[in-house]
Amino acid sequence: MRYAETGFQLEVDLSKGSIDKVETDPRDTALYLGGNGMDAKLLYERVPPEIDPWSPDNLLIFGNGLLNGTCVPGANRVSVNTIAPVNGFFGHSLMGGFFGAEMKMAGYDRIVIRGEAPDLVYLAIHDDKVEIREARHLAGKGMADTQRMIQEELNDKRAWVAAIGPAGEHRVIMASIDCGNSSAARTPGPVMGAKRLKAIAVRGTKDVNIAHPAEAWEMCSRLRKELDANPNVGDWMATDEDDSFHHNNFSWGNARVRRKNFWSPELEERWRNLKYDHMNRWTGCWNCPKACHNLIQWPNRRRFSYKCYGKDTYHMASFQELDFTFEILPVAQDLGLDSYSTPQVIAFALELLEAGILTEKDFPGMPSDIRQRFYYLLHKIAFREGIGDVLAHGVSGAAAIIGKGAEKFDHNTVKKFEQLPIKLGKLNPAYFLMIATGEDMAITQIEGSFPQDPITDPELKEEFIKKWVAVPDKKFVEWFRQWVKRDQLPDEAMVEICDWNECMHYLDDSLGLCGFVSSFRGQFGGTTGYHVWNMPQIITHVTGIEFDKDRLWECFQRNRTLIRALNNRRGLRRSMERPPEDHWAVRNEEYEQQLLTKYYDFKGWTFDGIPTKETLEKLSLGYVAEDLIQRGILTGNEVTALNDARAKKQKG
Amino acid sequence: MDKKGKKTKIVKEIKVDTKKCVGCKACEIACSAFHAVPKYSSVNTARSRIMVIMDEVRDIFVPIRAGDYAQAECNGRNRYVVDGKEYDACTFCPASCPSRDAFKEPDSGLPLKCDMCESVPPLEKPMCVDACTFGALTYEEREEEVKAEEEVKRGEMEMAFEQLVKKHGKKRLMETFARLSRD
Repeated sequence: MRYAETGFQLEVDLSKGSIDKVETDPRDTALYLGGNGMDAKLLYERVPPEIDPWSPDNLLIFGNGLLNGTCVPGANRVSVNTIAPVNGFFGHSLMGGFFGAEMKMAGYDRIVIRGEAPDLVYLAIHDDKVEIREARHLAGKGMADTQRMIQEELNDKRAWVAAIGPAGEHRVIMASIDCGNSSAARTPGPVMGAKRLKAIAVRGTKDVNIAHPAEAWEMCSRLRKELDANPNVGDWMATDEDDSFHHNNFSWGNARVRRKNFWSPELEERWRNLKYDHMNRWTGCWNCPKACHNLIQWPNRRRFSYKCYGKDTYHMASFQELDFTFEILPVAQDLGLDSYSTPQVIAFALELLEAGILTEKDFPGMPSDIRQRFYYLLHKIAFREGIGDVLAHGVSGAAAIIGKGAEKFDHNTVKKFEQLPIKLGKLNPAYFLMIATGEDMAITQIEGSFPQDPITDPELKEEFIKKWVAVPDKKFVEWFRQWVKRDQLPDEAMVEICDWNECMHYLDDSLGLCGFVSSFRGQFGGTTGYHVWNMPQIITHVTGIEFDKDRLWECFQRNRTLIRALNNRRGLRRSMERPPEDHWAVRNEEYEQQLLTKYYDFKGWTFDGIPTKETLEKLSLGYVAEDLIQRGILTGNEVTALNDARAKKQKG
Repeated sequence: MDKKGKKTKIVKEIKVDTKKCVGCKACEIACSAFHAVPKYSSVNTARSRIMVIMDEVRDIFVPIRAGDYAQAECNGRNRYVVDGKEYDACTFCPASCPSRDAFKEPDSGLPLKCDMCESVPPLEKPMCVDACTFGALTYEEREEEVKAEEEVKRGEMEMAFEQLVKKHGKKRLMETFARLSRD
């Protein structure tokens, strides 16, 4: 018997109309865990670099975290992976909520979608009964209507429906896949649209088995209570109305203007009332004692929920206030647009208009009011009308099409991907590495374990260290102890901080744990819920596979390296690993390149940022090494970055 | 027996505050794990004897516990409007009945009923309440006088047989039992 996982994946080919339930190899679980790791392996094996992301041969995978659907609190995240049309690399997105657990109870660790349906369809899964059903009547519908209509058709109110809106149907780069209060934003939405898959409905009634029942339950009950009582996990933004951090420090508009004194007590009071006068309740995700979503009813809008920084993006891009986000979010959600990148794309377009690169002719009938302009562009983008057809490519894609200097306004992307609108003064070396090299594209998916800032008060510092059980090695404690200025730590510390931060995210994403109780929440207060010391025991009790810290750390290294190699195979090289040029005002190219070399070397990668044959073989990725050699990407004789002649020149 | 010599019993109550429910399903998970055999050996919310009726767009979050099995659908239903929110018919009904999929063992189709997690030694509170960190479910016990005619509390097996008799009829059940005893 398989524990925690079902041992099966559902493989659907929409071109052929075939549906297969395929048994998986349990040895892979021990190597890749689940979620993004298993998805990456499938993408590596089945989607060679010749395949265009828009091709029917690209895969769209809904990969359950290994612990989803079990008694482990906070384990519910599904990794939605594909080859992303935005840049041709590994597309990674996470969806919390209930879809993953339901999928597991239906008997599947992941759903692998291939091909392209001749017309709009949806997939209906009820345990072993799986159907591809006609969905033309759902065209243009938002997630909420789609879920309701499919539930009625299937006569099952308990079915969870993950759906794309009009934006996904029209292959908009910023399209999201939504399910209840959760969203897989950034990269997979347009691929679902390209496959003409409107939605997946899933309902499960099978057991998810636990290997060591009594021990697992005892540990999980204890963890549930710990997480509940721990103020450092969950989303503070759900309850803390002081949001001066984002408003005073992040940039408004097209990542342009910092308003350092924006926040005030008067504003906070006004916004607090605005929120609670319209809020119904907090809502949560499967098996999590933290409720991070705010459920809002705004006049003349359908009820909607949001979490975290999604509260800020629309009004900050438009220089408005919170009421604008509340009125536009449900509309944007029904169009199926991601609230992270879409406002940036709109602000970018309006900046181009102001600069004369785009003209009034490009925006026929656009109102003059800024709020109405946002609505106007939302619809143009979602339905790809007029200028919306260009903007639907995202900031980088649109800038390249528009030309005439528009590229200069594309100043906040890395590997064609919109970043958080942060523009700071001095270079932060650890953040340089994370933003430059992160395969997860957004900094929030990379940072999170090592504190963002030092503690200067010696007493408070020691108090912090005393409670810092998450720390994987004593050397981090020593670095933290000597740390005074944000940008000043030895290079090897910067490299290893980046590595630990990555490690926790990779483990979360393969296990299904939410970053808000784990990888993202170590950086504030240090007492996060999950870490490399308690994870192995939990996994062992739930899956029956023996894990310890070292073995788990190796799983992270394997998944990280595999995804790197997948991207290398699709053309990722050192020259692309650059944070936005204006991310920091003060830059030092020479130092940054030296640091990058040290990071590559630490990872066992070449000077070009490709894992060496030896590194791959050490991580049981010999098949990847063989493939890279066969394709001429590696010769097999490469050395790690610091041993490269070019590195020696860098030092010189 | 209380001090005056009257026969008493403990009435167990779970109080539901729908305003506090966040829809995390921790109650469903705990219930299904506790009733798994062996205990905690699986999670399957379809086997749970508590279910959260959830519709975010309408702000409906109602945890409901499985009550008695009803052989037939109701011939009329109630549609409640509470605080301006309209709830679907059956939302507050605990019955396992032919009109809906809820509270039936997924394998056998047999009705499920909440047993307040009776076990030896007894739990401090039912598992669903223990799992609810949001205070939507709270547990209370109170003493109540036993009326003379009230029957002795039945065991779990007796209750199960009674449900089977209701579903299949006494004759079929006896035949099946006799056949199984011979095997």
